[in-house]
Order: sequence, then C-alpha cells, then structure tokens
Amino acid sequence: MKISRRKTLAAALSLAIVGLAGCSQKEESKSASASTATPAPASSAAAPAAAEPLKVGFIYVGPVGDAGWTYAHDAGRKAVEAKFGDKVKTTFVENVPESAADAERVIRDLANQGNKVIFGTTFGYMEAMLKVAKDFPDVKFEHATGYKTADNMAQYDVRTYEGAYLAGVAAGKMSKSGKLGVVGSIPIPEVLRNINSFTLGARSVNPKATTKVVWVNKWFDPGKEREAASTLIGQGVDVLMQNTDSAAVVQTAEEKGVYAFGWDSDMSKFGAKAHVAASVIDWGVYYTKRVDEVLNKTWKSDTTWWGLKENMIDLKAFNASLSDEVKKLIADKRQGVIDGTGPIWKGPIKDNTGKEVLGKDAVADDKFLHDIKFYVEGVEGKVPG
Amino acid sequence: MENFAALIAASINSGTPLLIAALGLLINERAGVLNLGAEGMMLVAAITGFAVAHQTHMPWLGFVAGAVAGMLMATLFAWLALVLVTNQVATGLALSIFGAGLSAFIGQSFVGQSLPAGPHGIPFLSDIPFLGKALFDQHMAVYFGLLLCGGIIWFLYRSRAGLVLRAVGESPESAHALGYPVRKIRYLALLFSGACCGIAGAYLSVVYTPMWVEGLVAGRGWIALALTTFATWRPARVLLGALLFGSVTILQFHFQAIGIALPSEILSMLPYLATIIVLVLISRNPDWIRLNMPASLGKPFRPGSA
Repeated sequence: MKISRRKTLAAALSLAIVGLAGCSQKEESKSASASTATPAPASSAAAPAAAEPLKVGFIYVGPVGDAGWTYAHDAGRKAVEAKFGDKVKTTFVENVPESAADAERVIRDLANQGNKVIFGTTFGYMEAMLKVAKDFPDVKFEHATGYKTADNMAQYDVRTYEGAYLAGVAAGKMSKSGKLGVVGSIPIPEVLRNINSFTLGARSVNPKATTKVVWVNKWFDPGKEREAASTLIGQGVDVLMQNTDSAAVVQTAEEKGVYAFGWDSDMSKFGAKAHVAASVIDWGVYYTKRVDEVLNKTWKSDTTWWGLKENMIDLKAFNASLSDEVKKLIADKRQGVIDGTGPIWKGPIKDNTGKEVLGKDAVADDKFLHDIKFYVEGVEGKVPG
Repeated sequence: MENFAALIAASINSGTPLLIAALGLLINERAGVLNLGAEGMMLVAAITGFAVAHQTHMPWLGFVAGAVAGMLMATLFAWLALVLVTNQVATGLALSIFGAGLSAFIGQSFVGQSLPAGPHGIPFLSDIPFLGKALFDQHMAVYFGLLLCGGIIWFLYRSRAGLVLRAVGESPESAHALGYPVRKIRYLALLFSGACCGIAGAYLSVVYTPMWVEGLVAGRGWIALALTTFATWRPARVLLGALLFGSVTILQFHFQAIGIALPSEILSMLPYLATIIVLVLISRNPDWIRLNMPASLGKPFRPGSA
C-alpha cells in the first residue's frame, strides 16, 4: 500500500515536471483573463464586444531568447503591443517544431482561444496553417517566408538579401585578404540568395573578392557555428557573415581578430571590435500595419515582400571605427537599391561555372529571386545537393 | 602545418564536453542507474556556470557552480528514481525536458550577454612548434577531461571502491546481501555524474561558446549518452569515441572550406556515422558487450524486495 502511494506521488511529480517544461505558452497582457485552458468549441461563438481587445497570436520556431530570428519576431510583437496598447492582446507560443502535427495543434489551439490574427513565423508552418485556415474562415492567418495563400491566409517575407548586399559592400572594403566567408545554415534558395547578394556587394567594390561557404545544416547550434567560423578563419578568411541564428560567429571573429556582421539583430555586444554592422530585420513595420488593417476591417489576403524601401531591413549599428568613406559608400548603394538606380541583381551576372544567368542590363524579378539555386561568380565550391 | 595543428586543437576542443559528460554517465550506468537527463543537467549547469562567471568575473567559479548545479539536478533524479523508485527512463526524459525549461527560465536576463575569452594553454609547453599549438594550447578543462579518463580507468579496474560500484551495477541484490549500501552508492555515482555533466555544460557556456542562448547544449547530452553505450561502458573507448566525434565534426567543415565536393548533408552526418561505425566495429563481439554492460542497468532496486 505504502509503495503504491509513493509510486502514484512519484508519477504525478514526473508528470508535473513534464507539464511545466513543455511547450511554454505565455500570455502578455495587462488585463489578465484566465481562460487559456478551456478551448472554446467554435471560435465564432463568442462575438467580440466593443471593448474587448483584438487577440493576436504568434507562433515561433525557436526560443525568444535566441538573440536572432525569433528574437526579431518577438520584437515585432512588442511593437504591436506598444502601438495599440489596450486595443490588442498578444499571445505567443515559442519552440514549436516545424512538424505538421505539432504546428497544427498549436495553431488550432490559438484559433480556438479566440485569436483573430495569427502570425506563423517560419516556413515549415505553411501546410498546417493552410489546413487550420480552412476551418476558421473568420480568423486571419499570416504566414512568413512561404508561398501558399488563401482568402484568409496571407504571405509575408523580408528581403534579407538587401541587408546581405550592404554587408557585402562593407566586407569588400574591410577585407585585406579579399577572402570572405559565410557560415550557411541550410542550402535553400533564400540562403543562397543571401550568400550571392553578399558576394555581389563585395565584388561591386572589390572585383577580386571571393566567398567561401561552410554549411552547418542547422539553423541554430552555437557550437557548430563557432567551429565553422574557426575553420573559415583558418583558411585565410578575414570577414565573416552568417545565415544562422546565434551570435557565435561574431564572438569567434572577435576572438580571432577578424570582422563579422550581426544577422537579424544587433550583435555588437558579442564583439565590440569584430562587429562591423548588423543587418537588422524590423518585423514590427509589417505586424503593426496588418494589425491596424484588421482593426479597421480593411485586411485583405496578400503577398508581401518588403525590404530596405519599407524599412523592414537595414544595415545598422555601425562600428565606430568604420571610416566615413565606407559609410558614405554604403549609404549610396542603399539609396540605389531603394530608388531603383542601382539594383543588386542586374546583369550581366554569371554563376560560378561561368554560365550567364542574367543577361546584360536585365534586372531580376521576384520569381527569379525566389528560385536561386546557384552560386554567383566569386563564390567558391558547389551548391550542395 | 600550422593549419593542421589548428585542426587537431579544434578537434580536441570539440570532443572535450562530450568526453567529460560521457565519463560521468559511464559511472552512474556502471552502478546500474540509467539517467537520460544528461541534456537537462548540462543545460542547467551551462546557465548556472555562465551566470556565476558573468557576475563574479571568475570563470573557474563558473565551473564550480556548474558542477554544483549538475549535482542538484542529479539529486532530484536520485530522489525520484532511487527513493520513490520511479521508472528511470521516464524520469530521465522528464529531467531533460525540465532542464531545458528551467535553464531557459533562469537564463532570461542573460540572453545576449557574453564573457571574455579566458586564458589558454600550458606555459612553456604551448610554445613548442606544432605540438604546442596542437596539444598544449587548450583550456584547462581539456586536460581535466584526460586526467578524469585516466582516473576513472584506475578507479573502475584497480580500486576496491570501483569493484563495489561495478558489483552494485551487476547485481544489486548480492551487493545488498553483502552489506553494501546499494542506494547510497548509486546516489554517489549519480552525484559524480551530475558534477561531470555540470562541468561539461559549464565548459560549453563559459569557454567553448562563451555566451548564453536557450538550447546552447544543442543535443550534446544525448550524444554523450549514446557514446557511453557505443563504447560498451569502457572509459578508454569513451575517450576514443569523443575524440573521433570531435575530429570528424571539425574535418567536415574543413572539407567544405577547401572545396571537397561532397554534399554537406552527408558531411554533417559523418561525425555520427564514423563514431557509430568505429565503436560498433570494435564492440561487435557480443560476449564483450555482455561482459561490460552492467547487468542491472535501468532496473530499479528496492532493498528487501528481492
């Protein structure tokens, strides 16, 4: 008897521990209502009263503490809260895996809890969102970095490659060896586009610059990112960029006395000397606009791809040691991208096997940019796969 | 040559946290306790070590704090698994998930902070050309890992206490009948393992990537667990496996940087593949496994019930 009671206690405790530490969902609102645990059977049942705040849900693939991708999205969520105050109530769920079943469960749960706008912030949520969107026609779904839309599901993305291009311009000027390095995450078109744009930027100011790429095949693993960065530095690379989610590359660069860039957010804290500048994403620009549209009932499903022009991305947090000449050069290139006088992807552009991918004076359209599966001239090696 | 020395140094560096954690796990598994909570213990130790090193500016204190945090986590596990006799697999998994959540919670205010790189290397020896850079220009924890390995070999096979520990892992009933305090020995083994996992975790957050981000350990606890098993619970093989894993991890990046045309996904698999293949090959004799695997591994022991 005694043992069985103990056993029950132990089992309950183990369960409690698991429950405590699982998917952590956090409500962030001044007016706390304790109704999170009861999923309403149909979302339309509770018609929002005039005073009731608009509920906005966010789903993140990583922890808000990653100091990179998810951190930037959460800054966007905070911008929504700051702008609309009591008119909105935001909720986020972090660390949601990209697997269809997990993502769908969380998205459905958020919809059931009465969230009227739901932002899914990684590519892998697309199918799950599409599925849930069918069942909740009066909820607005917003999916980042995908390509499928529905009447109540919009797509949004940011032109990260424009930030990479400006970083490349700075890198081309800062590098003494002319050898640049990129720590790549996963070889998908988005990342290849960034590596290529970085190289195009560098070669626009130093035609001899070359880029070496090392893939870690993960979005987030500080240890591996560090090892990859060390390897590149060992190969003579003296300016690094990364398309991964932690600040390990900047930190390694600081230690080894080379330059690096912050990615997604300002990472100067990790390397005061090494940090040239950071390509910073401001998701808040988009989130506040869309939430505003929902509040004004003007929201429409759409596909949005914003960049420098809309202030959704920018090269910021310049190192104090950066010369005015380089800063001026960056500002000029930036203006060129914004007003269309100096497009990044303008022919002639060859891939690194010598094949011409963009003819003379041809400017790449979005379809071309979405479909990049090659390295431009100046990047060493072969695209994996 | 210079480059080659850097490669060797990086490989050892990368294998060290695995080595220290796996050696600790080897001890508790030799005592018959299966603790799958390594990842959680390492995470909690990593943030504790980081926080202490960050606040006191004393990296060594970070290691002490990491070890203590690991031991506290191990105590929690011991209370559940040894006193309340819960299922060890389930409790270990719970500890891992709990550790991930707890470390994230403790670490909230430390996100985005970093530590300065500490001193490295052994004086004089690190000035030897090639060898100095390859072997003697490492953080002290690296040499601690090697000493630990030697110490554990001596302890397990040459000391009376080691014999008792193995007896407890083989047949707790017999050890109990002979008057050995089985639960106490198992608890001590868990404490030791907690301290090792703690030091490994602190190494990651204080020395290897001196910063804190959620999930910093990134699965290394699980790899250490697998390493213990594939090394058939023998310390020398754990050392071999950890170094092999470390060097293949570094080599695959090197291959990419010098432009060897293998798909990078294959290269990413290599460390796991190479380690598994080598350790399976040297442990393929089933008698060896039976000889080395603690017979009561993962089975709960209730004094007086046998």
